[in-house]
Amino acid sequence: MGSSRITFYVLLLTLVLAGLWTGPASAQGPTPTDDEVNRIAKQLYCPVCESTPLDVCPTEACRQWRDVIRTMLAEGKSEAEIKQHFVEQYGVRVLNEPPNRLVSYLVPAVAILLGAFMLFRGFQMWMKPSITESRSEDAKPEAQPAQDPYIAKLEEELKKRK
Amino acid sequence: MIANFGFGVLVISFLVTLYSVFAAIYGERRKIPAMVESARRAMLLTWPLLTLTAGVLIYLLVNNHFEVQFVYEVTSRSMPTYLKVTAWWGGQAGSLLFWSWLMSAFASLVTLRKWDRDREFLPWVIVVACVTMAFFIGMNVFFENPFAQLYQTFDGVAPHTFQPADGVLFTPQDGRGLNPLLRHPGMVIHPPMLYLGFVSFVIPYAFAMAALITGRTDDRWIRLTRRWTLWAWLFLSFGLVLGGRWAYDVLGWGGYWGWDPVEIAAFMPWLTGTAFLHSVMIQEKRGMLKQWNMILVILTYDLVIFGTFLTRSGVLSSVHAFAQSAIGPLFFGFIGLTLITSVILLFHRWSSLRSETQMTSMLSREALFLLNNLLFMSILVVCFWGVMFPLISELFTGQKVTVGPPFYERATSPLFAALLLLMGIAPLSAWGQSTVKTLGRAIWKPIVGAIVVTVVLFTTYTRNPGALVGFFLIALVILVTIYEYWRGANARQRSQDENIFTAFWNLTGRNRRRYGGYIIHLSMMFMAVGILGIEIFQVETQGTLEINQQMSVGGYDVVYQDIAQFPGPDGREVTRAVLGVYKGGEYLGELNPRIDYYYDAQQTMTIPGQRSTLRDDLYILLVDWEPVAATGATFKIFVNPLVNWLWLGSLLFLVGVVIAAWPEKDAERAAVRSKARIQQQTSAAD
Repeated sequence: MGSSRITFYVLLLTLVLAGLWTGPASAQGPTPTDDEVNRIAKQLYCPVCESTPLDVCPTEACRQWRDVIRTMLAEGKSEAEIKQHFVEQYGVRVLNEPPNRLVSYLVPAVAILLGAFMLFRGFQMWMKPSITESRSEDAKPEAQPAQDPYIAKLEEELKKRK
Repeated sequence: MIANFGFGVLVISFLVTLYSVFAAIYGERRKIPAMVESARRAMLLTWPLLTLTAGVLIYLLVNNHFEVQFVYEVTSRSMPTYLKVTAWWGGQAGSLLFWSWLMSAFASLVTLRKWDRDREFLPWVIVVACVTMAFFIGMNVFFENPFAQLYQTFDGVAPHTFQPADGVLFTPQDGRGLNPLLRHPGMVIHPPMLYLGFVSFVIPYAFAMAALITGRTDDRWIRLTRRWTLWAWLFLSFGLVLGGRWAYDVLGWGGYWGWDPVEIAAFMPWLTGTAFLHSVMIQEKRGMLKQWNMILVILTYDLVIFGTFLTRSGVLSSVHAFAQSAIGPLFFGFIGLTLITSVILLFHRWSSLRSETQMTSMLSREALFLLNNLLFMSILVVCFWGVMFPLISELFTGQKVTVGPPFYERATSPLFAALLLLMGIAPLSAWGQSTVKTLGRAIWKPIVGAIVVTVVLFTTYTRNPGALVGFFLIALVILVTIYEYWRGANARQRSQDENIFTAFWNLTGRNRRRYGGYIIHLSMMFMAVGILGIEIFQVETQGTLEINQQMSVGGYDVVYQDIAQFPGPDGREVTRAVLGVYKGGEYLGELNPRIDYYYDAQQTMTIPGQRSTLRDDLYILLVDWEPVAATGATFKIFVNPLVNWLWLGSLLFLVGVVIAAWPEKDAERAAVRSKARIQQQTSAAD
């Protein structure tokens, strides 16, 4: 009875040690799930299938790319490393955004700010009574289509709210 | 023979449009009304001529005339007849002809209107419409002939317009077949709608140019084209929505909008068109922004051509493909020419387009509309830059980059949110004068309501800050719109002794533009709910299942039951899975995602299995299945919350635009009728 207990503990210790020993070898971890693969694949485009992200592209080539991602994830590679691998192989066009974000955002941001500035200046100019003439009632461009008197009333109400 | 006949009629159509241009200019310059009338009739003739051309092409498509290159490229014997007809716009040459045909229909409709009061516009409207038409027909005649036939020569088989000396007509046994992505009912309606939107925006531009050329720069051209613009906007909007629905059903990536350059090409004229629709109201009501309206209509027209150029020139694949394309540089030249001509005309009339009145308040409705224009133009800038950046990068650095959804979503989200806020505020500001106080008094109740809605959603549905901001804005716009309806109907009810429903009906009937516009705002909010739902709350998972194994996502349990492979009706092999769907243990039904393999095109299509409710869409894709191993099948499952509000909103949108575009009772005619009635009564009394 005593010897069988000793045998059990020896076996347990052997298993634990074996587990520790094989630990580094299995640093690859379990096979990554499809969701883990897709999380990275979603951010990549293959050069052939334009406008179709890698995670949903049905072609054989894209399927192989996803397998590469799975293998690299299993090897313990990070998301950044995997993306860099594809960039080195196929160029920056595989990324779903230009690598230099500053340039890609700067131009529209400057254009929009310029537009906002011009609009603000426009407001200032329009609101200077000396520059523009007040428009008299007779100068209305053309007869408006028949307007419901209640609409006119509503418009008046909006003006008179105090 | 038949193909040659079709090409002959096409050439005649081209000559007729050219004649129309020259006759209109000559008649106007020499003051010969008969010549202008002749130009008008020539323009009227283009539609029957192009209908005949299209009829010939459809005959060739339906009857498997594979000796015609276009027919060979877009059809096959196994395709059903309706798809052979719609294959007309399934390829480059056919789609250009389709563009011209629609344009001729719109041009004919314009010429049929009464021109008594606007005779001076007529020759220039003819010139602009026919120059545009001649450009597109010319593309077909000289570069993309849909009737070119395949001839076997010593150098091999190649398409030729005329039979080469050593050539023998070559008829392949079968065609390549239409791209499977286009074999969908959505494709029957989506391109025509989009093209209708494109071509109908040519009409307001033609009138704007006529106004600039003639110097009649009051708002007459805007009044004449208001309804055209609304219909154009309807077609373009619906084309975009149908495109989204098609992508959702056919492309198999769980979404409806991928910020693809082709989508953006159609979205850009929509942005300027929408800004224009708002901006013209300021000109009509306040006599302001005449120059800006001209800029918007010119931009819209050139973006329409630019959109067609982007999709037809090969420029999106690469700048090199563009340089090699026969039509790319011509499109580019045409855009440049029309833009420069329009800008020169605009500067020529710049001073006569000055505002007749001044802006009195930065919170007035016109000021807020102007802000709305700035936001639309900002989104345009983002879209334009996103489309052009890869080309610019390739041109200057030799490095091609991809500008995908993250860029657009990050850059446009705050702009769309600001637009929603404006949609909530602007209807409650007054024309001419509004202050913080007056606006605050008008809006505080809807704001309180929107806060209550947001708090309820916070406690019951989501704690996502982005979603809560979005829902607050949506609630605000909906409440403001309802409040506006209630104020109007209540005013009528009190004064006319009508019940609330009659008051509501009469109010809308008598102010179609205003209340149609409000319905459009409501529809946009429905769409916004759908967009917010899928963008923020979409969940997905993917996994390989064996028979009777299950996968769970977003509260749904999906059990893989069976899979079968069988030949489809039109030359495809269908692999169809059967999945049982459960929620909380309750059986909801089965879904059948499938993969279709088209033998003629040697291409697969992934068709989702969908279960749609107003709460969410369960969307399942069959990603992979190996018949040899047959150990299991891989499925990708999406749960897309609220997405069906997007499609529901688009139907309401249709109702709103029809109401807004429906002709108002003509004030002048009504006045004349009432005067006549009084006279009649007076004479009867005498």
